[in-house]
Formats: sequence, structure tokens, C-alpha cells
Amino acid sequence: MANRSTLALIGGRVLQAIPSIAGVIIVTFVLTRALPGDPAVYFAGPAADAASIEQVRQALGLDRTLPEQFLIYLGDLARGDLGQSISTGRPVVEELLRRMPASMELTLLALLFSLSVSLPLGILAATRPNSWIDHLCRVIVTAGVSLPVFFTGLFLVYIFYFILGIAPSPLGRIDIFYLDPPKITGFFTIDALLDGDLDTFGAALSQLVLPAITLGLFTLAPLARMTRGAMLAVLSSDYIRTARASGLSRSTVLYTYALRNAMLPILTTLGMVFSFMLGSNVLVEKVFAWPGIGSFAIEALIVSDYAAVQGFVLAMAFLYVALNLIIDILYTMVDPRIGLEG
Amino acid sequence: MTDTTMTPTEGAIPILSIDGLNVDFRTRGGVVHAVRGLGFDVHRGEMVGVVGESGSGKSVTAFNIMGILDSAGQVTGGKVMFRGLDLINAPESALRQIRGREASMIFQNPRVALNPIRTVGDQIEDVLRRHTTILRRDMKQAAIAALDAVRIRDPEDRYNAYPFELSGGMCQRVMIALALACDPDLLIADEPTTGLDVTTQKTIMDLIQDLGRERNLATVLITHDLGLASRYCQRLVVMQSGEVVESAATMTLFTAPRHPYTQKLIRATPRLDSRLADLTGEARAAGSVSAERATTSAEPLLSVRNLVKEFDSGASTGWFARLRGKGTDATPFRAVDGISLDVMAGESVGLVGESGCGKSTTSSIVTRLLDPTEGQVLFDGQDLALIPAAGFALRPERKQIQMVFQDPTESLNPRFTARRCIADPLLRLAGMSDAAAREERVVELADMVGLPVDLLGRFPHQLSGGQKARVGIARAISVSPRLLILDEPTSALDVSVQAIVLNLLADLREKLGMSYLFVSHDLNVVRLLCSRVIVMQAGRIVEEGPASEILSNPRDPYTRALIDAVPHLDMDAANRLAKAEEPA
Repeated sequence: MANRSTLALIGGRVLQAIPSIAGVIIVTFVLTRALPGDPAVYFAGPAADAASIEQVRQALGLDRTLPEQFLIYLGDLARGDLGQSISTGRPVVEELLRRMPASMELTLLALLFSLSVSLPLGILAATRPNSWIDHLCRVIVTAGVSLPVFFTGLFLVYIFYFILGIAPSPLGRIDIFYLDPPKITGFFTIDALLDGDLDTFGAALSQLVLPAITLGLFTLAPLARMTRGAMLAVLSSDYIRTARASGLSRSTVLYTYALRNAMLPILTTLGMVFSFMLGSNVLVEKVFAWPGIGSFAIEALIVSDYAAVQGFVLAMAFLYVALNLIIDILYTMVDPRIGLEG
Repeated sequence: MTDTTMTPTEGAIPILSIDGLNVDFRTRGGVVHAVRGLGFDVHRGEMVGVVGESGSGKSVTAFNIMGILDSAGQVTGGKVMFRGLDLINAPESALRQIRGREASMIFQNPRVALNPIRTVGDQIEDVLRRHTTILRRDMKQAAIAALDAVRIRDPEDRYNAYPFELSGGMCQRVMIALALACDPDLLIADEPTTGLDVTTQKTIMDLIQDLGRERNLATVLITHDLGLASRYCQRLVVMQSGEVVESAATMTLFTAPRHPYTQKLIRATPRLDSRLADLTGEARAAGSVSAERATTSAEPLLSVRNLVKEFDSGASTGWFARLRGKGTDATPFRAVDGISLDVMAGESVGLVGESGCGKSTTSSIVTRLLDPTEGQVLFDGQDLALIPAAGFALRPERKQIQMVFQDPTESLNPRFTARRCIADPLLRLAGMSDAAAREERVVELADMVGLPVDLLGRFPHQLSGGQKARVGIARAISVSPRLLILDEPTSALDVSVQAIVLNLLADLREKLGMSYLFVSHDLNVVRLLCSRVIVMQAGRIVEEGPASEILSNPRDPYTRALIDAVPHLDMDAANRLAKAEEPA
């Protein structure tokens, strides 16, 4: 495959993402205006009279027409201004930037954990159908989807923190005796490593392990099941028979021929699982007092902090679009046929 | 070594020797004996044909030789000796050394038999890396040489191609290159040309034959097509339900078949001069063609005028491609390019050509499943092309034109019983709301197509291929159409079933006075049913005339190539082959 056509393809995909981003911007704008309640009343506070509410309304630009407001909103967005959060009193952008790395770090590690378990499990189960490993795969998959996240979270905390005492207290990203590492990427583990501070790295990692496993156990199920299914389908295909008839070694047949073809449905599942994890790991964040983006959004929603909710929705939308783009690009790298259809 | 002149004489040591092989399959319905007491030898330099209909165990035999039987299959007895090594008891590691290096295999459906996401060159290199000591830097050259050996033009360019970028015939060449890259002694070809066009089939089989001679290969050709086997094999092994019924030199087998099954198979395979009645060995009241002359009127029932169908040329017409100016070559593809044809009332006309020639597009337009770009479809004087295909099902004309589809399995609703399949058009098109009357008609139709009435309650998967074909025909004639479109109605069937279905179709036309438009790639089969034949190539009609005339004296070079490529039982060819193999 020529590199130029790949680049053109990626360019095309980026262009195609523009309408969805525009759509998200419009929807969040309309949605926050359509929600019941008057933001001016909230901002003016409980003791405000009609005059001061009107003053706030003017200050917020809410007395203008909707198109005018939309243009102002677009201008703010272009400057990276998502407004003030009324619950924390700080700019929404600042809050998101502080919390996003925490969520990302947790999600990525959870994904790494669940991939490193589910891929081998799925492959082994597919190559040995109806063996003990296949049954084990089935049990883990069933347990993974049927046990709620807060239960596995609390259960792990109970065992490893309360009974065995080998895990640190489940309170946030780093033990209170340590200082936050200098902010470079926002990922505590990576920042600590960059800083050369192994103690802090260890402390940050040990805080991460339990929530990551909790989250990973939940996402393991769809990945393992998809790996098993895709591998089974591919292993019974004609080209695997050709590879076997050519006397290729077992590992070549399994990895170069089978797994690479099975990667396509696995990638799709991975994309869905990842975006799902990022937005809905609220329960894990609550159980482990994790200062992530999910718990921030829930709290903002409860207190009607619309600027924060709007910022959260926008940030997630951008992330989803970026994620889909990455999955698409990975797809074209794995499957040369995509280029023709795109 | 005197390899080049070696013939399968007594005393020569066979390279492959199968003796008393038994293979069982464990299925939900119990143990199936797929192969029973199979035995034959293969020598270097010869091509042995293993011939049988579906379910005869011929592919199981091939997979077993290579040791790639799936886990449900189990060898319960017998020996497979390859150059003195017992393949059945050999460890998997030893087998892996043999596969691809000493014994190779090529498969049917080459397009799916190659890894879709790996370049052709890489796939050949995988095999070379595994079995040879070629240095990394010479690898590419060796792979290109392998492609060159199977007469692929511009092998350097093809080296980087993915299978989906190549045609079916080209993929099969790549498969052969892959199989022969490490210079094996034995090549097993499992239906290597199924799914390919007849002219491609001929080039592929000629290639296999040539390479076999050049390299003194022992070749096993597994096929359902006796005609194909007779053309290329010195010896034939005929299998029926897991057993060898007869095994002899090709000439001997044809001139003096001993087993009744062989006789039946030879009879059912169409020859250049065979008539419909010959295929089943049953006496027919009258020759179908002469009977047709009596019923054919001078009035055209269907008259197609200047039919054109254009398709967008697909891929690069997305808005982004247009934006980048890449969509400039978007001239629409003309699948059907201004053809005109007539079908008289009571006549059957054959429409012949290879895949992509536009014959299926034409038949879809005539059936009114597809709208033409230009042209007229006059049926009984009325231009049906004016009625959009989308709304045609609701028109009374729908009853007049019906279709029998190519694949009897795919074209039946898997959740409908045979009864419901046949009754459905009665209810929807003929408006027979009375259940009793409908049932009476279904039974009548079943009787007409020779489907036992007690099978009417079965689902498609519980019926055999021939029975499913009968259901499809009964469904098509249920509303008493005047024109029946037959789209390769027998290409998915075994020859013996094909013979029966062709006879049934001829009988039905005599009885019901329908007109047929028979679409097929096989001139030999078309000739049996049709008095007039139309040959299509690249969307145009290249030749048209009485079937006997076209077959005996084709004027167009393409028609000639087509006739030449269709394998039929050809005694002369078998004879020549036998002579050529005799030691000088």
C-alpha cells in the first residue's frame, strides 16, 4: 500500500469528522438553552432581586437572540473558554484539564490489563474449543459482565486493603504522604518516571492497580468473547487451511495469518469499550475516590452546573471523534481492502 | 533416472500409495463413514483423477493425505504411504516438514484460499522461509521467480498485490506458485477450477498439466467433472459414498465401464453429440427439440430491443475522491451494450457467456428485477421496461414472467417448508386465499415436478440438492408463467441430478407450453435444452443461431474458444492422451 494513499485516506477521515464535531457543538448549545431553569437566577444567587438577575443576564449575554448567543459561544470556544463552573468556581477548562489525565491514566491501564488477559484467553479458548481453558474463558466472561463494577471494586478493596493490607488506601491518585509529581503529561506514573522519582512512581502505580483491575474486569468480557469468536471464524477459513497445507509453523499460522485477520472485529470492539470506559467509569471513580472526569460530570449535573456539563459533553465528543479516527486509521493499517471502500 | 518416460507400470514404486483407508466423522447424528476401504497409487509424472459427486468423500481423502483433516474426522484404518513414510502415524512436526515442501495442495475458490490482508509476495516468502535456506536478500527474487514460473505477466508488480486486487484465475495461479515454490513431488488439486470461467479453467488446467510434465510431478486431480478429468488424467478413480467403485486408465474406463455407477456418471455427463434422453438412459416420448418445433409459433413472446444497462464504476466516486479530482474516470460501466433478442412463444433460447458478459444483467432486466438504462423489453407487445422494477411485483404481468434461480439452497427461504415455498406465489400473485384449493394446487405442482408429496412438510436443509431444485421449479411454475427465466439452474448440482432436472424442464415445457430463456456458461448444457443459442461477450451479442450449427460450426472466435474450453467427454482427447503417455 502506497503511503500517499494512506495519508489521503487519513485526511479524508479527518474531514469527515468535521460535520460530527459541528453537530455536537450545535447540540450542546441548544441542549443547554433548552434545559429548564434560568442560568441567570443560579448565577445571581439566592438573595438576588429582579434587577440584579437582569444584570447577570446581561453580563452573561443571555438577553441577546439565540443566533447572537451562538456566535458568542463559538467565539468563546475558539478561545478555549468553556465558562465558569459554579460548583467549584473555577474555569471549566481548567477543571477538565486537571481531571482528564486522571481518567485517561486509569482507563488506559485498565485497557492494558484487560487486553493482556482477554487476548491470550480468547486465542487459547479458540484454539482449544471445549477444553478447560475454553470453559475458564466462559466463566470469566460471564462473571465479568454479571458482577457490577462497584461490587468488584468494593470486593477487591475489602480483600487487598482491609484483609490482606497489601493495597494502599483507596483514596485518590496518590498517597497523602507523597507530593504530586511535577506536571508534564498529567499522568502521575509517567510524570514520576520522567522526574526520576521511583518512590512516587511506585506510590502512584499502587493506587492505580485496584481501580484499573476493577474497570478492566468489566471490559474483559466483550474483548475476550470477541477475540474467541473472531479467532474461531478465522481459524476455520480457507486461507488458514492453505497456510496449514503449506506446512507453515504453528506460530506463523496462529499469529501472522489468523490473529491479524481476527484483529479487525477486535479493534471495533476495542474502540467501543474504550469510549464506554472513559465516560462511564463513575462508579469506579466513586469507590476509589478517584478525581476523574466522570465523577466531576455527575456532581456538576446534580447541582445544575450547566457550563461544566456542557464542557464535559464537548470534551467527550471530541475524544470519541478522535478515538474513532484512530480506530479507522488502525483499520486501514491492518486491512488493505479498506482503502478501496473508503 | 528415466523419470520422463516413466508410466504407471507394474513394478514401478508409487510415490503415494493409499491402502484400505477408512475415515469416520463424529457428527451430532452419529458416526459417518466418510471414506471406506479406499486405495489407489500415484506415480511420478502422471495425473490421477479422483472423480465423484458431492459427498463421495473425495475431498476428505485429499485433506487426509495432507493431514489437515479437521478434528471431527478420524482415521480408523488403512495406510497412506508417501515415499515410504506412513503419513497417518507420522508426528505433526514431520508432516509440517512435508507439507508445502514435498507434497502441496491447491484448493477451490482461490480468492478466499489466500490470506486477504497479506501481499502475494509475502505469502510466497512465508513458505520459502519455512522450507528453504534461501537468504533473506534473495527471498524477493525467489518469490518473483515462483510467480514467473506460473506464467504470471509482470511478476514484479504482482509481488506487491493483495489477493482482492487479482482476478480469480490470477489468484489460482498464485496458489499454484505458492504450492510449487519449494519444488514438491506431489501436487493435490482439489477442484482447482470450480468457480472459474470455462476459458480460465482451461488455461489453469493446461498450466497444471504443463508444470506437472516439466517437473515430473505426481498430480492428483480431485473433481466432480468427469469431462475435465477425462481431458487431463491418465487414470481415473471413481468414488461413490466413500468407496472406490472403479479405478482404471481413462480410456478403459470410458470404453468399458464396469460398475453401474460409472456407467450412470458417464451417461449423465453431456457430450458433444449427446441428447437429453441419453443423460438418464430413460426413453423419452419425443426428442425435445423436434417437439419444440411443433409448439413454437412465429410470434415473439419476448422481444428485447437495444437494451443498455450502465453501472457506476464504483470505487472512486465518493465526494472526497471527486473533491480531489480523482473521480474523473467515472465513465459508467456498460454491462449490457445495446443488445436485441427475441424469444418466440413456446421456444427455449439459450443465453451463453462467461461471468461479466452481461447475461445475468440481461436476465435480471427481462425478469424486471433491474431497470435498464435504455431500450425496450416488449412482452406480448407491451413494453415492460416502462414499469419500474420496484413496483413490478404488484403488477399482473409479474405472473407471466417467473425465474428459477442458480443456487437452489440460497434461493429458498430457510424458514419456509417446501409447501409454503410453493404456495407463497399462489397466495401473493394468484390471490388464492382458499387454503384447500391452494393445497390441492401445491400437491398438483409437486406431482408435476416429481417431488414426493410427503416431502412437502420439510424445510430446505432437510432436502437434497435435486429436491430443492424441484421446489424452486415448482414455485416458479405455480402461477403458470408464459416465460421462465432459468439462471444457471443446474450449475450447483451434481451431473446425475443435472441430467434429471434438465429432463424435467424439457418435459414441463412440452406439457405447459412455456418459453424458456436459459442463461448459462455451459454451451454443452444449453444445447441440450435449447434449439437456439445466443452467445454474449462484454455486453454484446457476438453470435446467434441454431444450437447445433453454432456448436459444429462457430463463426466467432470467442464462441470457438468457449466451445473449446468446455470440458466434455471426449474420447479422441482421452485416446490421444493415452497414446502420448505410452513409452516410446
